[in-house]
Amino acid sequence: MARNAVAIPERAVPAGVAVGQSYWQIAWRRFKHHRVALLGGAVILLFLLLAIFAPYLTPYSFEQIDLLNRKAPPSLKHLLGTDDLGHDVLTRLLYAGRISLTVGFSAALTSAFFGTLIGGLAGFYGRWLDNVLMRITDIMLSIPDLPVIIILARYMGGSVVGIVFVLTLFAWMGTARLVRGEILKLRNQDFTEAARAMGASDVRILVRHLIPNALAPVIVAATLTVGSAILLEAALSFLGVGIQPPTPSWGNMLQNAQDFIWTAPWLAVWPGAMIFLTVLCFNFLGDGLRDALDPRLKV
Amino acid sequence: MTAYIARRLVLLPIVAFGVTLLIFILLQLLSPTMRAALFVTDPRQLQALHEIIKTYQLDAPFYIQYWNWMKAVFTGNWGWSETARMPVLQAIKSFFPNTFELALLSFIPILLVGIWLGTLSAVHRDRIIDHLSRFFGISGYSLPTFIWGLFLLMLFYGHFRWFPPGRLSLEASLYVNSPEFRRFTGLLTVDALLNGEFWIFVDALRHLALPVLTLTVHDTALLVRITRSSMLEVLRQDYVRTARSKGLAEPVVINKHARKNALIPVITLSSLLFVGLLGGVVITETVFEYPGIGRWGAAAALHLDIPAVAGFALFFATLTVFGNLVADILYAYVDPRIRLR
Repeated sequence: MARNAVAIPERAVPAGVAVGQSYWQIAWRRFKHHRVALLGGAVILLFLLLAIFAPYLTPYSFEQIDLLNRKAPPSLKHLLGTDDLGHDVLTRLLYAGRISLTVGFSAALTSAFFGTLIGGLAGFYGRWLDNVLMRITDIMLSIPDLPVIIILARYMGGSVVGIVFVLTLFAWMGTARLVRGEILKLRNQDFTEAARAMGASDVRILVRHLIPNALAPVIVAATLTVGSAILLEAALSFLGVGIQPPTPSWGNMLQNAQDFIWTAPWLAVWPGAMIFLTVLCFNFLGDGLRDALDPRLKV
Repeated sequence: MTAYIARRLVLLPIVAFGVTLLIFILLQLLSPTMRAALFVTDPRQLQALHEIIKTYQLDAPFYIQYWNWMKAVFTGNWGWSETARMPVLQAIKSFFPNTFELALLSFIPILLVGIWLGTLSAVHRDRIIDHLSRFFGISGYSLPTFIWGLFLLMLFYGHFRWFPPGRLSLEASLYVNSPEFRRFTGLLTVDALLNGEFWIFVDALRHLALPVLTLTVHDTALLVRITRSSMLEVLRQDYVRTARSKGLAEPVVINKHARKNALIPVITLSSLLFVGLLGGVVITETVFEYPGIGRWGAAAALHLDIPAVAGFALFFATLTVFGNLVADILYAYVDPRIRLR
C-alpha cells in the first residue's frame, strides 16, 4: 500500500491535506486483482457488443424462416443449426440477447432506483415512516414470488416493459434493506451535522451526502440483480408467460426447444448455455465488485 | 429471551395482515364473476353466480369484500381450485406431503455437504480445494434450475432410462392407492417402509432422485459460500489464535472452537433455506412432472386459477413468516448477545 504514497515527496504536501487515492481509485485497484471478476466483466461486454451489433453480424433476420431447412443440425450455412420453423438459431440467439440483457439491465436499474428511494427515506426519516416502509418490505419478501409473478406477467401480456415492471415489483427489497442500513450509519455522522448546520435541506443532505456514500451496496446488489432478473425472465418464458414469440428471448427459445429435446437437442443447448454463462458472469462481477467496494457486505 | 420472542411475535400479525391485504389488492384486478370462485367449495355452486356475488357482496366497496374474504379464509373456506378439481385447502393437504418429502430429502445433503465443503474451503484457503469449492459455489449458484433439471432429465431418463419423471410407476401407484396400503405420515418413502413394501420404497426413491439432485446443487452452493465466509471471519479472531497457542490440535481448534461460532449464521439461515426449498420447487416439480404443491401452483397460475394462487400465496406467506420467526429464535438461542440486547 505504501507504494502509492511514494510518488509524492512528503514535504511537498501541506500539513493536514490527505494524500493518496480516492475511494473509487482504491476500489478499482482491488478490483483489477480479481481476475475472475474481470473475466466476467469481459464476457458480459462481449455479449453486449454481440447483442448491439446483431444486425451486422448475421445475414439473416430473426423472423426469416426457411421451411425446407427445419431442425437442421449445425452447418456452415447455419452455424448453430435451425429450429423447428427454420429460423437460423445463431441469429435468434443474438437478437434474444438484446431482449434478455435489456430486461436484466432495466429491471436492475429500476429496482436499484426504487430500493434506494425506499431504503433512503426509511433510514433518513426513521420513526413511523421507517416502520411502515420496512414492514412493506417484509411483506413483499414473505410472498412467494413465482405463482404471483406468473399471474401478473400474464396480465402484462408478455411485453418487455410489462415483464420489467413485474420483475421490479419483486426485486427492490434487498436494496432497500441495504440502503436503509447504510443511511442509519451515516445519518448521525459529523459530515451530515455539518451539512445541516450550513442550512442544507433534507433532500440535499439525502441526495448529495448520504446516498452517494451508500452507493457501494447498491452497485453490488444491482449487478447481482441483472443476473437474477435474466434468470427469472427465462424461468417465466420457460413456463410460457415471459416475452412472447416471435420476439426471441433466451427463455422462450429454451421453452420452444423443450418440445424437440429428443429430436434436436442442440436447440436447447445454446440458449441454456447463454443463460447460464450470463448469470455466472454477473455473479462473478458482483462478487468482485463486493470484494473491491466493501468486503464485509452481506449481499 | 421471552421479551425478544414477544417483540418478534407482535410483528407476526402485522406482516400476515399485510400479506392478505396485498393478495386481495391483486385480486381486485379481476371481475366479480372471477372472484366468485374464491368462495365456492363445489363447482356446481358457480351456476348460481349472481347469488354468490350477492351473498359475498362482490360488488361492494373494497373493505367490505376484504372483510368477507377474511371471514371465509378463517373459517376454512379457501375456494375451489379448477386445476386440482378440488377445494383449495384439500389440494394443499394432498400436494404438500409430496413437496415436503422432496424438500426434506434435499435438505439433508444440502446441510451436510454445504457445511463440510464450506469449512474445508475456509481451512485450506487459496489452495486447490478452496478454488474448486469456490468454483462450485458460484457456478452451482448461477445454474438455473430448469436448465440443470432438463439436462439431468435428458441424460438419466432420456439416455440411460434410470430415473423416470413423475411420482411413482403405474403398478406402484395402483398399489399405493388401494386400501391395502396404509398411510401413516403421507411421506411415501416412510410409509412404504412402514408397510413393509420395499419395492415401493425403491420406486419412490427412483422418482425422487432427479428432483432432489436438481434442488440440491443450488442450495448447497449457497451454503458453501455462506459457511466459507463465516468460517474465514471466525478463523481470524483472537480466541482462535489463543486456542492454537495453547497447543490444541488443529482439528480441535477447527471443529470445536471455530466451527461452533461459524455455524451461527448457517443455523439461522437453515430454517429460511428450508422454507425457501418448499416454495422454490415450482420449476423443479414442473420439469419432472412431480405432483407437488409447486407444480400445482404453476399450473394454477398459468390457467388463471385465482383461488389456487391466492391459497398458494397465503400458505407460503404463512410458512415464510414462521420460518423467519424460527430463524430469529434460533439466532437468539445460539447467540446470547442477541438475547441480551
